[in-house]
Amino acid sequence: MTKQVSTGITTLTILQDVSLEIAAGEACAILGASGSGKTTLLALLAGLDVPTAGEVHINGANLFALDEDGRARLRRNQVGFVFQSFQLLPALTALENVMLPLELAGNDGAREKAAAWLARVGLAERLEHYPRQLSGGEQQRVAVARAFAAEPRLLFADEPTGNLDSATGEEIISLMFALNRESRTTLLLVTHDEAIARRCPRQLKLAAGRLTSDERR
Amino acid sequence: MSAVDRLSAGAVLRLAARMLGRDWRAGEQRVLAVALIVAVASLTTVAFFADRVGRTLTREANQLLGADLVVVSDAPIAESFRSEARRLGLAATEAVRFPSMTQAKGRALLTEVKAVSAGYPLRGKLRIREGAAGPDFEPARIPAPGSVWVDDRLLRRLDVSIGDRVALGEREFTVAAMVSEEPESSAGFLNLGPRLMFNMDDLASTALVQVGSRVSYRMFVAGDMQDVAAFRDYAARTIRPGQRVEDIREARPEINSALTRAERFLGLSALLTVILAGVAVALAARRYLQRHLDACAIMRCLGASQTLILTLHVLQFAIIGLIASAIGCAIGFLCQYLLAALLAPIVSVSLPAPGWLPVLQGLIAGFVLLLGFALPPLIALKKVPTLRVLRRDLGAPDSFGLSAYLLGGAAMSGLILWQAQDPKLGMYVLGGVLGTIVASAVLTLLVLRLLSSFSRGAGLNWRFGLANLRRRTMGTVIQVIALGLGMMALILLTLVRSDLLESWQRSLPPDAPNRFLVNIQPGQVGEIADFFAGRQLQPPALFPMIRGRLVEVNGKPVSSKDYVEDRARRLIDREFNLSWAEKMQPDNVIVAGRWFAASDTGKPLLSVEEGIANTLGLKLGDDLTYDIGGSRLTAKISSLRTVDWDSFRVNFFVIAPPGVLERYPGSFVTSLHLPASQSVVMDEIVKRFPSLLVIDVAAILAQVQRMMDQVVRAIEFVFLFSLAAGLLVLFAAVSSTHDERVFDAAVMRTLGAASAQLRAVQVSEFLLIGALAGLFAAVGATVVGFVLARQVLNVPYSIDAWVWLVGLVAGATGVAIAGLLGTAKVLRTPPMQVFRASA
Repeated sequence: MTKQVSTGITTLTILQDVSLEIAAGEACAILGASGSGKTTLLALLAGLDVPTAGEVHINGANLFALDEDGRARLRRNQVGFVFQSFQLLPALTALENVMLPLELAGNDGAREKAAAWLARVGLAERLEHYPRQLSGGEQQRVAVARAFAAEPRLLFADEPTGNLDSATGEEIISLMFALNRESRTTLLLVTHDEAIARRCPRQLKLAAGRLTSDERR
Repeated sequence: MSAVDRLSAGAVLRLAARMLGRDWRAGEQRVLAVALIVAVASLTTVAFFADRVGRTLTREANQLLGADLVVVSDAPIAESFRSEARRLGLAATEAVRFPSMTQAKGRALLTEVKAVSAGYPLRGKLRIREGAAGPDFEPARIPAPGSVWVDDRLLRRLDVSIGDRVALGEREFTVAAMVSEEPESSAGFLNLGPRLMFNMDDLASTALVQVGSRVSYRMFVAGDMQDVAAFRDYAARTIRPGQRVEDIREARPEINSALTRAERFLGLSALLTVILAGVAVALAARRYLQRHLDACAIMRCLGASQTLILTLHVLQFAIIGLIASAIGCAIGFLCQYLLAALLAPIVSVSLPAPGWLPVLQGLIAGFVLLLGFALPPLIALKKVPTLRVLRRDLGAPDSFGLSAYLLGGAAMSGLILWQAQDPKLGMYVLGGVLGTIVASAVLTLLVLRLLSSFSRGAGLNWRFGLANLRRRTMGTVIQVIALGLGMMALILLTLVRSDLLESWQRSLPPDAPNRFLVNIQPGQVGEIADFFAGRQLQPPALFPMIRGRLVEVNGKPVSSKDYVEDRARRLIDREFNLSWAEKMQPDNVIVAGRWFAASDTGKPLLSVEEGIANTLGLKLGDDLTYDIGGSRLTAKISSLRTVDWDSFRVNFFVIAPPGVLERYPGSFVTSLHLPASQSVVMDEIVKRFPSLLVIDVAAILAQVQRMMDQVVRAIEFVFLFSLAAGLLVLFAAVSSTHDERVFDAAVMRTLGAASAQLRAVQVSEFLLIGALAGLFAAVGATVVGFVLARQVLNVPYSIDAWVWLVGLVAGATGVAIAGLLGTAKVLRTPPMQVFRASA
């Protein structure tokens, strides 16, 4: 897969001929320095962006053969996200934020399921709180609960601890891995933190848009 | 259903409602909802009120006529008219009017006689006095059979008193009362003689109505406006030659002109409120959608399709629109009651009940505004890149720019034209609005560019402020346009309220003529002047009047059959009043050709009133031939004039230069103002010059003045609403860039900027925005005001450049103050909180 963007003057190559395969249930870290193309790779794998060349197949479905709505449907059914910047909706309470993907999928009992997930991430007491009333760590827990609530087969996490202090970051990572094991989700974690990356059995390294190593332990 | 994924329609609706509830609780839609409520409330109040006042004005004016509509016929009224009136549920009554001699004590007097049926008059007041002194009162019924009611002129001229007997045709009657006030008396100049009224049941026994008698049969109808209009349509379809339908507008040009002007003033005020409301809604919708960019991107990430997102938002907007419009209508309904109560003291008839049309208007207007301004950005919202969740700098899609306002602009234009009722008024206002928008946009861009190249020498705060404005160019332009339009509407309304209304009122000063003296013989001119001088009164200016019938146009004979229009036929059938003058009356304006020069004396030229020229299809240069007492005069139209009919001065449709008409037999006419305390002078003048006719137009005059009062009050009230809408625009405009300001301020604070410095930067931004908007608004308002005064309202108005300076200064300070108040939170919010919220 290749991704290029035009700046108007020159064309920048952000990803160059990256090719990889991730098995179901695998937990995989994508490591790299700032600007190495990690986030772009994640965006392409999740169908949030379109590559210049190449394809992404999820469970046999070619992502870019689908239209925007097709990709959205696929995300709804199979993919969860945890972002560096949490991306909670400020107008919704913690509970409502977790309910949203369930509601969009027409899931009955969204409220109960969302409340249960918030309890599992330790926020049973904070259901009615708005994001601005929560600490960074708590906001990210809500985001984790939202990601798992829809029971995705694939979870994308983009620097999930990037906005958190190391202790809180450690808590979030432990929580994510625990939930991941229980739910047998395929995990793709983008990070620049070697310590976090080492917790994944498989580590991919990116440098200047190229895949430089693919290690399994 | 693939359109909205697997969710059923009900589930989507429930989800939309839930999302709306959550957003509402978080305060996201409040500005939008309030803007919509104020918009709909002001529209419905004004619509309710304009509707009621309009109907009241017409109904009050109809008092002069005695009915809402009169069918006048030279033959007995056909049964079909009566059954149609019954079918429509209209009140109806009839009268028969003719001239006849009344005799008493061996004297005979030509009298205007009227036989009336029960129910007369349907509108207006009839007041009588049953003794020589005693108070006058409104009788419960018409004269009893065998009795007559007469006016004071008849009593005086026949030297009879109440209780005496008079003879009319083959019958004798008892004079039971003196009529002190009567509708119709001033609504037409035709009934000039002394008057007598009696019961229709006695008509046959007088044996006065014979074949060939000059009798006018009248049927009066009154009722609901729509029913009266339906009756008018029916009558217009079925009348024969010799019949006509009259309403107050046709009977009195003064009233017609005043009513039209009153309606235009009200319409204009309503229009300006629409503009303000539209701007507020547009700004609120823009801000709401900008704040929802992230939410849309996240929802896309969570798997919502574009269609689902659009559907959910459209549903949310529809629900807000419905609820806010309903609340706005309810407020409007209550407000117009308040308004009606305020007006009650100056309205002589009870206000008609409010109609339901304004509710529908309010609801439609609310939806049109909301969807017009919210739909294009909503569709754009659908295209928010999902990648925005990872890369926040990916901003709004392109159509968030000016083009997003195209549909809204079209919707608002439609509303303006619809509300204006009068296409001319609507087009001018719309032109002014569009002109202001385009000029504001272009000039703002230009000023930003110019200032930034000169700003290098300016202080840090100004440089920063300017840089911020340039960075948010689109936001700045939209702020200037919105504030400019808002202020323009307010300034225009202030102009209307003060200058334009005043100049209308000035056109009818308290000493406007209230009496006309007609039929002054040439030999009496000197005596009349002496009569007034002898009583220390200013002798009125006398105008010559010659009666002639138009017989040929450009050498071709004309007859009423050549014309389709009812008014044209009547004009051809009756005699014109012709006059001559050296100087034009001050309230006349030449619209084509030129007024007579001194060298035109004796030349066969004519100056014709524009309206009558249009009705009869006459043009400049046409030759008109008049039959004046058997001899013919042919003259060329050398100018067309407009005449200010509500001035109550003597005016003529057709005027010749001196030296043309003097050789024909004629009389003189004049108008004068006589204070109520001096009314005895008229009795004296009638006794001294028995052939002279005095026409009292005080009632019409009072009516027009009352209309002005009502319109003034109504516009004051509308102004309050507009002010509320204006403040809302200010708030919405200031808060439209609030979020960016909060973020900018946080960054600057982090970098060490002091509060005072942040405030100074904000003030410099708002000062500039306010000054630009204020200036554009003032220029736009004065130009539109000038055009409207000239073209639509027909009142004098001259542009005052002071308004521009005031607009600039008031705009700058007003927006700066509002901006500081509105963004106080920007300065109070700790930077970390900002960063965390936007992380």
